[in-house]
Amino acid sequence: MWSQNKQLPYVLIAPASLFLAVFFLYPFLSVITQAFEHSSSDGYSLKNFQDVFSHWKFSISLENTLLLTAAVVPVQLALALLMATMVNGMTKGREFVLYIWTIPLGISDLAAGIIWLVIFEQTGFLNSLMMSLGLISQPTPLLTYQNPMMIFVAIALAEIWRATAIMLVILVAGIGLIPKEYYEAASVFGASRWQQFARVTLPLLRPSLQTALILRVILAFEVFAVVAALGGTLFPVLMGETYTYQFDLLNSGAAAAIALVILGLSIAFTLLILRVLRVPKGVSI
Amino acid sequence: MKLNQTIIALAIGCALSVSANAEVLFWSTQAKPAQETQAMRDQVLASSPSKVTYQANDGGPWLTRLQAELQAGSGEIGVLGALHGDFAAMNPDNLVDLDSLGLRAASATFNDLAKLGTNSKQYIPWMQASYVMAANKKALQYLPKGANVDALTYDQLIAWATNVKNATGSAKFGFPAGPKGLKHRFFQGYLYPSYTDGVVRTFASDKAVTAWEKFRELWAVTNPASTNYSFLQEQLLSEEVWIAFDHTSRLANAFNERPDDFIAFPAPAGPEGRGFMPVIAGVAIPKTAPDMAGAKAVVKHMLDPKTQLATLRATNFFPVVDVDLPGDLPPAVQAAGDAIAKMSGSPDANPGLLPAGLGSKGGDFNRIFVDSFERIVLANQDIRTVLNDQKAKLQAIMNETGAPCWAPDAPSKGACPVN
Repeated sequence: MWSQNKQLPYVLIAPASLFLAVFFLYPFLSVITQAFEHSSSDGYSLKNFQDVFSHWKFSISLENTLLLTAAVVPVQLALALLMATMVNGMTKGREFVLYIWTIPLGISDLAAGIIWLVIFEQTGFLNSLMMSLGLISQPTPLLTYQNPMMIFVAIALAEIWRATAIMLVILVAGIGLIPKEYYEAASVFGASRWQQFARVTLPLLRPSLQTALILRVILAFEVFAVVAALGGTLFPVLMGETYTYQFDLLNSGAAAAIALVILGLSIAFTLLILRVLRVPKGVSI
Repeated sequence: MKLNQTIIALAIGCALSVSANAEVLFWSTQAKPAQETQAMRDQVLASSPSKVTYQANDGGPWLTRLQAELQAGSGEIGVLGALHGDFAAMNPDNLVDLDSLGLRAASATFNDLAKLGTNSKQYIPWMQASYVMAANKKALQYLPKGANVDALTYDQLIAWATNVKNATGSAKFGFPAGPKGLKHRFFQGYLYPSYTDGVVRTFASDKAVTAWEKFRELWAVTNPASTNYSFLQEQLLSEEVWIAFDHTSRLANAFNERPDDFIAFPAPAGPEGRGFMPVIAGVAIPKTAPDMAGAKAVVKHMLDPKTQLATLRATNFFPVVDVDLPGDLPPAVQAAGDAIAKMSGSPDANPGLLPAGLGSKGGDFNRIFVDSFERIVLANQDIRTVLNDQKAKLQAIMNETGAPCWAPDAPSKGACPVN
């Protein structure tokens, strides 16, 4: 009986481990080997990385990806914090508001991109609106190569609309875990709402902030479908280049190389976030 | 008891998958729009001697599954339907030699291309198309003086698009420069042959510089949203665009929905003639096909003149065998057919061929032209610098594949040189 109980946990995690090994670990390892194999030479080399880095679009797509992340994630963080505190303060209709706010989570990113394209394209809603307000005399194309700023703004808006909810959900759960006593104590000492937020909520929210930020930043590095729908080829990002290498150029080695670059970025930023938002030793929340 | 049930369920599952094998899986990159896929099933393949499941997919997923089956050494796919370029990117050893079927296209060139550099046919040409121009009839009044829409030059096209822009206040020439647009074919089969009488040899020539300068002029009167256009029929119908260049099947809906509003006409001509290029799709059998006889029967069925006509109605791709076209074809087919006939029959016709011998480097070859376009036209970089830069990459591709020149480039011994 004893021995059976000892083995039980391992038996229970075996299916999940096996699943991960077959569908995650194995493909992951084969992507790594692919990145170092090049058609022109035997054995392992850095040729794929050279090919990828020397293409004129690589630096542009790296820059775009980082810029987009830098523009989108802070806004999303602020919005998600604001929305989470608002939801938390509600007594009536809380569930309803949460449902509405999390609708974008259920929409695929390509669909989200297309929704925003319908707004921004030449025959789209924004043009019709500006025409009916008499701001323009006929529909003008907005998302064009002469207008890179507009494309950037459209993509950033779509991303903010689509993916703020994922942070919101994590933060709402995190705020719910903070004991009410802290707030009561704070108000006894006469802390203002802002002080309560900055001194109680934010520090105690650290673990949730960590999770939310890591998740969101990694997803931001993988942005693809929204960009493809709104920017086409005018706003190259790393993931789009990966797709091009894999499916247009049938060059799995180069695609794997960029995928590893994205992985490297994700790991670097994860470590950074873990470090910056670390919970001091011996403190439990 | 539980175990027994599981075994029974497994047995039923196996039986089902065996019976599913009796149908030939036709794995295709063509006729992807739902309507066309359905037409392929109902009108083209329903009369096939073996039962067929027709599935159409994008090139990427299409190849991924095919390669997985080839690597595994066994699979479900019976017949492949794809463009010449898709087959050219494959290892011919993975395709069954089809000479024994005795099937052939009317064009000797197509039959030759289908050998993929081997001695026997690796695929059978199945259907063909081309690229043409289309215009809203409202645009015709702005044609420059003395211009004949069936024999335009690039200069006249630029003048025409300029007139339209001046008259309407918006640029109404549309070009498929979107992510899925076929812009590279315009450069390879139309602009380069018309201006340089070549594609590879003349890639960085002075004539090529002129060609790109002309294209910049055209781009100045092109709808700037073109970088999002991949199927010009949409913009023709929404009237965002009045004059367009695209693949015949990507213009078809415009003609079929409003046949009286649009005309199709030949691509323009440059100093070296009226360059144009065919599109060929073929059918092949992977070596892992589970039911070889059934698959061969399907391939035979596809080349039957009756099937070829049904395919034309379903997909707007033209037959590759000699058939008499009936009079009641859809408007898009009639319009495109006329335009192609005028294009190939014009006195200054300069027909080119599809890139051949590039193997898996076909995508990289296209990228040379797409990159040149993005750098010269969108990023406004110096033409000479860009061409010299891209030339080295093009030469590397030609050397690596050893592909000899194809028309309109003069033939070469060994890899086609970039002069």
